[in-house]
Amino acid sequence: MKEEEVTMGSARKQWYMVSLVGKDQSGIVARVTEVLYQAGGVLGESSMMRLGCNFSIMMMVEIAGGGEQLRQSIAPVTTELGLHLHVDAIEPGLHQHQVPELRVVVHGADRPGIVAQVTGVLAEAGFDIMDLDSQVGGSSLEPIYILLIEGVANSGVETIHQALEPLSASVEFRVEEIDTLIG
Amino acid sequence: MEILTYPNQQLKQNCEPVEQFDESLRQFVSELEAFMRSQPGGIGIAAPQVGQMQRICIVDLTGMTRGKKKKPVPNQGRLILINPEITEWEGFELGREGCMSVPDYTGNVIRATQIAFSATDEWGERHEYESEGFEARAIQHEVDHLEGLLFLDRLVSRRTDLFQRKQR
Repeated sequence: MKEEEVTMGSARKQWYMVSLVGKDQSGIVARVTEVLYQAGGVLGESSMMRLGCNFSIMMMVEIAGGGEQLRQSIAPVTTELGLHLHVDAIEPGLHQHQVPELRVVVHGADRPGIVAQVTGVLAEAGFDIMDLDSQVGGSSLEPIYILLIEGVANSGVETIHQALEPLSASVEFRVEEIDTLIG
Repeated sequence: MEILTYPNQQLKQNCEPVEQFDESLRQFVSELEAFMRSQPGGIGIAAPQVGQMQRICIVDLTGMTRGKKKKPVPNQGRLILINPEITEWEGFELGREGCMSVPDYTGNVIRATQIAFSATDEWGERHEYESEGFEARAIQHEVDHLEGLLFLDRLVSRRTDLFQRKQR
């Protein structure tokens, strides 16, 4: 790493997780990332999702000057856009991706407790969740819940399938292996 | 030999067809195959991945199994594919891919489930093939390399899965 990348001004660079939540509107990502770039920030991994009509994003940002200075750099834009801003110091952990081995897809009539029950069963069966995405679809009168989970488990498809079986009275599910081709 | 890794721009270039089927070609194919087998996974490789800009790739899924139950993967064994041309594509399936030339990243790619293709072997003889499933995916991945395409050029959103994937 070059010396100028390590120090900027008097402070050492540090990684932060910047989280933003608020009402969705056009141009949020462009405005926030521009202000981070102008402040000398470097983006790591990020994930933006629209949940309902709400905007949410988590961004890994490496920057010098400390968390408070980072917050102050972004705050004018986030305040103007009506976004809640949260900044936490983190370990970077880049270049350590795990490859998911199993996918669990669950769907059924929406009811309270689906995620808690499914993930509880998976945790007991030794399944580590790496990616979870859930949506409420269907009509407002008859909502359906769709849950997509990817992760790793030492126990294999059958064990996970059996672990989920007691829930089959109220939800449909399938468990499949994810074969990753490395070419 | 050494694997070139993206963003090396050689990986984004078209390769030239092989015209001379001579001893030096067979020597290169042999070295490429040995190198492929020395890599983790080691089921496929394309010449541009080692900086040789020629339409040569190798696929061999012999002995490969899927999942904890070690189900064998249907395959035709060692395929030396010189100047390969895929002529027919049928069906599609979403699957996860990575690449020796793109370390530390895997993503979802849609590929044909069945293909027909022709290729010349290292002795200059042309063959017609058909392939399906994981082997067909590997062949499409390697032939893409010969046209300067990486799986990154075919990535689809991880959130399309429920709607795109063939139901089992």
